[in-house]
Amino acid sequence: MPTELKTGKVAIHATINTEPTDWLSEPRETLLEALRDRLGLTGSKEGCGNGNCGACAVLMEGRLVNSCCVLAVEAEGASITTVEGCGTPEGLSPIQRCFLEEAALQCGFCTPGFIVATKALLEKTPNPTEDEIRWWLAGNLCRCTGYDKIVRAVQNAAAAMGGN
Amino acid sequence: MATETKYRVIGTRPVRPDGVDKVTGRALYGADIVLPRMAHARVLRSPHAHARIRSIDTRQAEALTGVLAVVTAKDLPDVDAILMVGEGGDVNMRHASHNILAHDKALYEGHAVAAVAATSPHIALEALKRIVVDYEALPPVIDVRKAMEPEATLLHEDQFTDTAGEKSEKPSNIASHTIAEEGDIEKGFAEAKVVVEREFVTQTVHQGYIEPHAAVAEWRSDGFLTLWCPTQGAFAVRQQCAQILQHPASHIKVVPTEIGGGFGGKISVYLEPVAAILSRKTGRPIKILMDRAEVLMGTGPTPGTYIKVKMGVDAEGNITAAQALLAYDAGAYPGSPVGAGCMTVFAPYRLKNVRIDGYDVLVNKPKSAAYRAPGATVAEFATETVVDEICEQMGLDPLEFRLKNGAKEGDWRPFGPPYTRIGAIECVEAAQGSDHWKAPLEHEAPNGKRRGRGVASGYWMNWGGTSSCTGRLNGDGSVFLLEGSTDIGGTRASIAMQFAEAFGVDYAQVIPQVVDTDTVGYNDVTGGSRTTFGTGYAAHALAQKMQRDIVEKLAPIWEVEPDTITVEGACYASNGKSATIMEVAKLLDEKGIQVVSSVTTSPHNSSGAFATHIADVEVDSETGKVDVVRYTAVQDAGKAIHPAYVEGQMQGGVAQGIGWALNEEYFYDSAGKLRNATLLDYRMPTTLDVPPIETIIVEVPSPDHPYGVRGAGEVPIVPPPAAIANAIYDAVGVRLQTLPMSPAKVCAAILAKEGAA
Repeated sequence: MPTELKTGKVAIHATINTEPTDWLSEPRETLLEALRDRLGLTGSKEGCGNGNCGACAVLMEGRLVNSCCVLAVEAEGASITTVEGCGTPEGLSPIQRCFLEEAALQCGFCTPGFIVATKALLEKTPNPTEDEIRWWLAGNLCRCTGYDKIVRAVQNAAAAMGGN
Repeated sequence: MATETKYRVIGTRPVRPDGVDKVTGRALYGADIVLPRMAHARVLRSPHAHARIRSIDTRQAEALTGVLAVVTAKDLPDVDAILMVGEGGDVNMRHASHNILAHDKALYEGHAVAAVAATSPHIALEALKRIVVDYEALPPVIDVRKAMEPEATLLHEDQFTDTAGEKSEKPSNIASHTIAEEGDIEKGFAEAKVVVEREFVTQTVHQGYIEPHAAVAEWRSDGFLTLWCPTQGAFAVRQQCAQILQHPASHIKVVPTEIGGGFGGKISVYLEPVAAILSRKTGRPIKILMDRAEVLMGTGPTPGTYIKVKMGVDAEGNITAAQALLAYDAGAYPGSPVGAGCMTVFAPYRLKNVRIDGYDVLVNKPKSAAYRAPGATVAEFATETVVDEICEQMGLDPLEFRLKNGAKEGDWRPFGPPYTRIGAIECVEAAQGSDHWKAPLEHEAPNGKRRGRGVASGYWMNWGGTSSCTGRLNGDGSVFLLEGSTDIGGTRASIAMQFAEAFGVDYAQVIPQVVDTDTVGYNDVTGGSRTTFGTGYAAHALAQKMQRDIVEKLAPIWEVEPDTITVEGACYASNGKSATIMEVAKLLDEKGIQVVSSVTTSPHNSSGAFATHIADVEVDSETGKVDVVRYTAVQDAGKAIHPAYVEGQMQGGVAQGIGWALNEEYFYDSAGKLRNATLLDYRMPTTLDVPPIETIIVEVPSPDHPYGVRGAGEVPIVPPPAAIANAIYDAVGVRLQTLPMSPAKVCAAILAKEGAA
């Protein structure tokens, strides 16, 4: 049995939260690992590692993906938005503000995924029905809230952002 | 107590202090901690449900470049101590030690047997594959009733049954048999007009917190150990690690990170001592993470159970007698929450003749841990289903039955002092008055499905425990509020609100901080629904103490005796002098005088909470799928400090209860292997599986808390399975006596009924 593992890193260039970013990843690394361990963007969380919980959701070329199911090398040239790019403490987005005001988080661990998923929803569907909200967010698990206040927060955010 | 009725802060809905960090991704959870020179560790787990470990050969793993250390149970000291860690109950630390790294036997699939530290997580994972463990597979026992049979395979040859202090002659998988008796059940059942006795079986479920376990340890060369971990109890981690590592607690500092859910499952330690010994061995900080399969297989789910409930009711609708047998699987080591099941099984009712038998039973599953009102949900599922059947047989309204027989102040309860002031009746009355209960129900839904409505009540004792807080007055009049209760769902806010109310300042002036075990006095775990109650109680006491300490320090400056200074809210006055707390703070600060006050409180009682829930379901008779289409939760919160967070607890508990009722279960095969260790196959409710959850907060002030608070976190998980089972009966006329009530079981029950008709 060999006593040394074969490794080798790939140079990747992508735009992350509007910043041009270069880093090295092993081919086996997921985008989630790269974001968290190479780039220090720990807002995206690992809850399951196989695409079932949505805690690692990011936008890749505007599309909602679970970053644990994307290889880092696949991000080459892509534009990626993580929760850190959805607003800042000084400049919260309406989605973030509504989540806070509606008490739509308890432990907060799933919250980054919900914020990103909601951003994707409202960019596509500015004025969603409750059914549309529940359908869109069914890929994000929350174990604390029972989803009720999350749905209200999304409705309020839609209204605040100009939906009716 | 509870004399104040008009509040400035309590009852409002401010944004939580930690909220901005949590919506912007800046909050640091267990896996987010990074230290210089940190190495990474992973755990090797048993593929067998039951096996003797003949040997472990780690040489090939150690030979791999990048591997820094390998540890097994041999690296842990022998321990023999019993430790009380809170809601999880007493913990035998020898068992706890063997649970985190198996000694001579692996007792469940997923039982940790070794761990590797390496320069990267990937190398650590590769190294695990090179550890050779020689197992002698043994037959597993998974079912609680089979494990109780005299000839069952034994998990522990030295385990005897403890019945009220008496040990059995022969070893057994039954670790204990608890009995509670009151009155004369024979006489009681003889007086009954209707007696219903039913058996129930429920499967193991998991708390399902979204954050997997994680730990970072740094064992310094001077013997001081620091642990960073997401835990419900930093002090509980310190105590457990001190015992397991046989290292002084004074040399262990636990820094609680933000915690991504716990529900009782993040009290026991799993990774922390392993990270510690790897750090000691390598001289580097070590981070260990679990993946989701490890969380499901290697932590502490809640028991599978077998429950039998018998209840008798006389012609006037009064309960004459009740009897229950509860057998809970503890997993691989003793300590299921069967005791709490015994305490809650008949809790909503006034009983004169009762007998309850509880059995704690060992099986080849992970050692069970607390899960939100541990033991109560399945017990009430049984009782409230039997009550519903009795009401149906006797033509009684189920809520009227609960009013007639409901527990009140002074009534007997198993294993406890009689009830103090409780809100069981008030919850039922509020349910009767709800829009939901008054709304008519069409049994034929427009989509062809059948609709039904069910109700159920539930109880949880809650816990007071011990809490400490330290306050520091700043020169600008703000206060650092240092607390040791980790904040899982907004308790920084609910505790700061109580402090602000008592201290006479605005909520925004209080800066709550959850700090490490070196920085604040002892705190019991965030569990038992105790934090807003018990740590809020401490914050109230701290505000009063700080006011007294300020008076002592202000008096010499004002050149008056301390007892001439009056304090009303934020205003300090004496002999014509007066100043606001802002002015006082500035004055003291300018003179270099510090106000740092600390309290530790342990309220005697814990203010139990009741809930009554109403569920409407739609049942697809073709597939057996059940949808919950309307849900109302009524709960006595005593006094809701932050009503939105109380509603959130209620809604979250209901959602978990819906999952437990309809979907969630551990599937074991005949070899005792878990076949659904992913979140795809262990299916927790999504947004599509739960309806909007209506909440009604009842406020019957607790006599045990200055603001009347009762714990709110746990009781909402108790009624849902029973309320849904009763609704399914109302819809399609079949009584489900197993959890989960999955489509296959509902469909089979409907077919059996149609076949019988």
